[in-house]
Amino acid sequence: MYTWIWRHLPGGRPGKIAGSLLLVVAVSALLLFVVFPWLDPHLPFNQITVR
Amino acid sequence: MSAPPPRSGIGRTLVRGLGQTLITLGAVVLLFLGYQVWVTDEINEGVQSELTQDLRQRWAVGDDPLQAPDRPGGAPGQLPMEEGFAFIRIPAFGLDYVRVVLEGTDEDKLTEGPGHYPDSALPGEVGNFAMAGHRVGKGSPFLDLDQLGPGDAIIIETAAQWYVYRVLGDGVIPGQQIVSPDRVEVVAPVPGAPADLPTRALLTLTTCHPKFSAAQRLIVHAELDGQPLAKAEHPDGPPALREG
Repeated sequence: MYTWIWRHLPGGRPGKIAGSLLLVVAVSALLLFVVFPWLDPHLPFNQITVR
Repeated sequence: MSAPPPRSGIGRTLVRGLGQTLITLGAVVLLFLGYQVWVTDEINEGVQSELTQDLRQRWAVGDDPLQAPDRPGGAPGQLPMEEGFAFIRIPAFGLDYVRVVLEGTDEDKLTEGPGHYPDSALPGEVGNFAMAGHRVGKGSPFLDLDQLGPGDAIIIETAAQWYVYRVLGDGVIPGQQIVSPDRVEVVAPVPGAPADLPTRALLTLTTCHPKFSAAQRLIVHAELDGQPLAKAEHPDGPPALREG
């Protein structure tokens, strides 16, 4: 997968490095701000009440 | 000697794909841990400071949620659900340890701060003033609950009063216990004896145990120590606040 992405990023080596960093940042942001906040309440260690 | 020519084949592709997947999963899990431990704390700091401002402002104009008109006859469970109504301070956790206590134990409330079990007593009342709070993340208000020992102060600040509770020692109601999550009797008016009528003013804190797990609950019980102190006479807090 990573090989495929690297091969398809444009702009020679500098462009590929910049593109990779951009992708990492975008995926991290998606995880931090969308996926994790959604996932959070479904996880067991967030249960702190007796019921 | 030259390097062997690169080999290809379906097996190699599969193994490489598997390796990359595992590395990716590892990175995602690490990121998630960082999110739990730091990012939610950061977010919670902002939420708590907003709640603090709101509550201080309401108190300044004489609007005390504990005296809200929608509590006919003083029946418990009728506090307004939107805002905080008190501060909890635990000097053993540092002089700067203060959190707004909210009404309710829904997940969205507990994300903002410690939440009051709606059917339990209110600060200072005979019965059991019970709260739940997060152990790891979301401001981690109850992270170090297991460090509290007998006699440690838990101070509740309301609009007009300071209530000083002290963690209990060994007794019928212990200062600290670890129970299974279904033991709702720990937040009963008389902890452990839900059918009994309360005679003492107690405070109970619940959180998860062990850290990062929901297998059990860590429970801390404390009892009101003396009369509540008027804030008018103790603007800087009760002496117990400086025990930390």
